[in-house]
Amino acid sequence: MFGYYLELGLRSLRRNPALTALMVMAIGFGVAASMITWSVFRAVSGNPIPDKSAQLFTPQVDSWGPQQNLKGEPPEALNYVDAMALMRTHEAKRQTLLYPVQLSVLPGGDRSLPIAANGYAVYGDFFPMFEVPFLYGSGWNTADDQGREAVVVLSAEFNQKLFDGANSVGREVTLEGHDYRVVGVTGHWNPRPRFFALFGGSGPFSDPTDFYLPFTRALDLQIDTAGNNSCRGSLTFTNRNDWLQSNCVWVSPWVELDSAAEVARYRSFLEAYAADQQRAGRFAWAPNVRLRDVMQWLDYEHVVPSESSIALLVSLGFFAICLVNTIGLLLAKFLRRANEIGVRRALGASRREIYTQYLIEAATVGLAGGVLGLLFTALGVSGVGLLFPPEIARLAHLDLSLVGLTLVVAILATVAAAFYPAWRAAKVQPAWQLKSN
Amino acid sequence: MHIKPILAALRRHKAGTVLIALQIALTLAIVCNALFIIHQRLAHLSEPTGVDEANLFVIENQWAGQTSNPQIDAQIRADLVALRQLPGVRDASPSNAYPLEGSGWDDFITLTPDQTEKTTDAAVYLGDEHLIDTLGLQLVAGRNFRADEVNSVGLHQYSVSPVVIVTRALAERLYPDGSALGKPLYAMTSTPSTIIGVVDRLQRQGIDAWSDSYAYQSMLWPQRLDMPRGIIYIVRAKPGQLAAAMREAPAALYTQNRMRIIDPKNGVLSFAQVRERAYDSDRGMAILMGIISVVLLAITAAGIVGLTSFWVGQRRRQIGIRRALGATRNDILNYFLTENLLIGAMGVLIGAVLALVINLWMIAHVEMSRLPLAYVLAGVVMLLLLGQGAVLAPALRASHVSPVEATRSV
Repeated sequence: MFGYYLELGLRSLRRNPALTALMVMAIGFGVAASMITWSVFRAVSGNPIPDKSAQLFTPQVDSWGPQQNLKGEPPEALNYVDAMALMRTHEAKRQTLLYPVQLSVLPGGDRSLPIAANGYAVYGDFFPMFEVPFLYGSGWNTADDQGREAVVVLSAEFNQKLFDGANSVGREVTLEGHDYRVVGVTGHWNPRPRFFALFGGSGPFSDPTDFYLPFTRALDLQIDTAGNNSCRGSLTFTNRNDWLQSNCVWVSPWVELDSAAEVARYRSFLEAYAADQQRAGRFAWAPNVRLRDVMQWLDYEHVVPSESSIALLVSLGFFAICLVNTIGLLLAKFLRRANEIGVRRALGASRREIYTQYLIEAATVGLAGGVLGLLFTALGVSGVGLLFPPEIARLAHLDLSLVGLTLVVAILATVAAAFYPAWRAAKVQPAWQLKSN
Repeated sequence: MHIKPILAALRRHKAGTVLIALQIALTLAIVCNALFIIHQRLAHLSEPTGVDEANLFVIENQWAGQTSNPQIDAQIRADLVALRQLPGVRDASPSNAYPLEGSGWDDFITLTPDQTEKTTDAAVYLGDEHLIDTLGLQLVAGRNFRADEVNSVGLHQYSVSPVVIVTRALAERLYPDGSALGKPLYAMTSTPSTIIGVVDRLQRQGIDAWSDSYAYQSMLWPQRLDMPRGIIYIVRAKPGQLAAAMREAPAALYTQNRMRIIDPKNGVLSFAQVRERAYDSDRGMAILMGIISVVLLAITAAGIVGLTSFWVGQRRRQIGIRRALGATRNDILNYFLTENLLIGAMGVLIGAVLALVINLWMIAHVEMSRLPLAYVLAGVVMLLLLGQGAVLAPALRASHVSPVEATRSV
């Protein structure tokens, strides 16, 4: 029966070409607009580290006070003094501080000009905490952190540039005139959004980073942050040491906490730390701390561009209108055939059979709309650079799941839109229709 | 025209009536908000910067190997001599930033040294005595920096200059009575800076929503920033020689000293490119909203045509009877037009409320300001006209139904 209804459905599509074309276009446009904006939205709003996002937290401590802070919220990074204090107490199983750096690589090999390299100053815990994959070697350990060793981990991309992708573990790299020994080369790793370093530096959707070097070593070499530096009040520093002791925030801290109990314990530790600072006279206000996990942090930092959310919402609204349009047109299309339904009912077709037949007919419309929508989606995804900034536009791509989603959404939405028109068709009274003939 | 019979007829077509009204309502709600977004974005991206955009370009220069402040400062001065000597270059200045860069340096400004609450927030531009001419700013009061006022500052060395030039917007915010010239301001320090000049207009580095209330509030310090990381050179080409100057400048810098990094892709940007980057999401948003609005209106119109055609087809006999009983073609035409107007009125009423609800939701959840009622009114008129236009063809066909139809049984 399904095959026969399908055939009837396809035949009926040809009967009112204008009406059919209108419905197919509406569904095609609606589903394509939703899918194009969805492909961008899913790329920018995704969870960058799904298996650990609930165990990674960034502690915030209000070192600015109620008059200078961000409308009651603590600053988005730590100053040097608080960062080092949290690091020293080592309250979490794993913890790291980090900040972005930009260093030059002097000419060498076949390069006649220096190049710029972007990286992060991190602690050894960074690599296991964020599940960084390694091609060669590994990260460094706590002893290397304490020894302030001149070691470096290269990304696969940077290793390709410097060593043509060969195993470079044990070789030397010179960054900004200082030598580092390569201890590891990461695999391709570029979580987007780059949740761990949102305080300036390269944006949340940028290319993979080049290298990681020990935070302690970067401090010794007085390497400045390539990210943000935000200060409050009257600034009196005239040298690096004064600046380190100032209220300027620039360090992003991360801790790994595996259970609710650990989270609670760390939270009370933060509270106690801030209370200590208040007692010591460093803070003239009550403790004001936060402990956000990855997704809470991304949400708080508004990493998803508002354009992307607005575009998705407007497109979904657009799709809804297309569906309302489809309900109306299906109603017109089905009821125009009231006579035919009357005859079929009189010849013994049950309501259920009529209902099924018209839902299947709607599904064929949905399928045609989905195919057209797929065409529009493919066009739209390739032209999405016109609508979004390049670093976001390139994240949108047409993959198998998007193709499947486009077709499924188109068919399901059309069938759902056909519930009412098909029900009306099934309710046609055979007698009334036959009488007028 | 009697409305009562129309209403009675509509009651027999509840589903179709509700669907058309709903479609009009949703379309109105979305199109109003989309047009408002388009207007906002276009207004945003056509804001002037106050600089000589046609002839300006910027070079992001990163040092490689130079680390001490005196070494960097000497290199900057040598670079500037080289840049200013180029045939296509009118002037050049070192700086920390340029307008529309994206993010940058801003300072809280107070009027007294011991004030805790800031008076306002100003974007900071560093440069030498050539900065004003390089940017093409118009000095509307006071004077430019003198060469002897320009000093060099290193990283983590917060020293404010005793003199500062401010934009008119900043001057008016600090001293609304127009007396800013010669008065002090405090930029996160207890040392005053005296306002020695006022320039007409200079946009900030960042144009994010948070800085909207500080738009055009910028100030200029006579300082060269000797940062180990690098420096920005702002260069103003002679009229018509932008392309040539953009080629000459990096070559001249490399000739001066090869130990620097100027990114081959983004290291040298014309101001047109800067503007395009700064506003690409605004432009994209306006385009997307435009496409959606046009397609939406077309689909709604087509939907009305489709459903009304169906009704006309269904009522051919009734129309024939009315015609046979003496109704003119105009009566029939008017019937369908009025019917559509009634449905449309119902739709726009719901739609107007919906438009405001969507707007309120967007204010709460994404950056958005209040939808002016004029947009809703314009949308209402537009959709009612669209409805009338869409219904015209099927209504005309209905008016051509012959009275003979009354005698046909099917």
